[in-house]
Amino acid sequence: MSERSEGGGHDRPAGSGFEPRAWFFMRLSGVVLLGLAVFHLYWMHFAIGVDNIDFQTVVGRWSNPLWRIYDFALLVFALSHGFNGLRYAIEDYVRRPGRRRMVKSIAYVAGFLLISAGAYIIFTFDIGAA
Amino acid sequence: MSQPTNVGLRSWIGYRGGSGYLLWLLHRATGLGVLMFLALHIVNIFLLGFGEEVFNKLLYLYQAPWARAMEVFLLFGVTFHAMNGLRIIIQDAFPRAWLHQRRLVAVEVVLFLAVFLPAAWIMVADFLGGAG
Ligand code: HEM
Ligand code: HEM
Repeated sequence: MSERSEGGGHDRPAGSGFEPRAWFFMRLSGVVLLGLAVFHLYWMHFAIGVDNIDFQTVVGRWSNPLWRIYDFALLVFALSHGFNGLRYAIEDYVRRPGRRRMVKSIAYVAGFLLISAGAYIIFTFDIGAA
Repeated sequence: MSQPTNVGLRSWIGYRGGSGYLLWLLHRATGLGVLMFLALHIVNIFLLGFGEEVFNKLLYLYQAPWARAMEVFLLFGVTFHAMNGLRIIIQDAFPRAWLHQRRLVAVEVVLFLAVFLPAAWIMVADFLGGAG
């Protein structure tokens, strides 16, 4: 897994199966995040302004279901891309098999909790009650 | 890579010198850094469920001076990772682009500076002007 090109990024793993698919997914999700994450960050900073964000800002945004879908897509792509990237780093740095399995398990549990918490609030947040 | 030669920070992070490795290291560090921010960010947004008062109190975490400084790093991280990632994707999609890697890196660096420097400038000026 430590096969790497100059300047970041792995060479495409040979054959078929999980690793070449993960490799392709990193590029696909990268293109998606180029839109979703970069726009989100720059919009929050330069269109809204961090000082102007509060509870009511989110109530306003999430009263439009399209923003909830947007945030959900951002959540899913950023977490799956980020955690697969974290897996690459773990495989480079944690070399003892038992320990590697343990560190990976912790990472996967953390990823699962984060995606659950993120999806839960997007789909249960009730602007009527707010 | 055999294990016993893993001594020192440089070999531990896998750094082997050269601008390609500097880009590689930055790509990894920014990716993991943004992921760390994202984890905190999701916990923070989850607190919406605890009501307006709790949520607004914790927004201080974004608006405190040290947080504003960290946000410049976040901007750096996302912007660099996005541009370098795009270059990687282009090179993988069009193998002939590898022949022009040096030029593509130069374009990437120029684009990165053209986006990041003004954005960071606005952020810092806004923060200094609006402080207090
Ligand atoms: C903004 C658009 C983005 C693009 C174009 C992009 C692109 C890429 C590419 C091409 C790779 C290399 C995959 C490989 O090693 O084969 C990568 C790795 C990675 N990305 Fe992203 N990415 C983006 C956003 C993000 C975000 C938002 C995060 C964090 C949640 C993230 C975290 C990571 C991590 C941790 C790695 C692994 C680094 C390594 O193994 O050295 N990326 N990205
Ligand atoms: C300092 C910069 C940022 C600010 C001020 C900010 C602000 C916000 C706000 C106010 C929300 C609530 C929902 C909404 O209004 O749409 C949100 C949600 C979200 N943001 Fe950001 N954001 C920032 C950076 C980022 C970055 C860099 C990422 C990606 C790596 C990201 C990913 C997300 C995700 C996934 C959600 C949905 C969270 C959930 O489901 O719990 N944000 N952000």
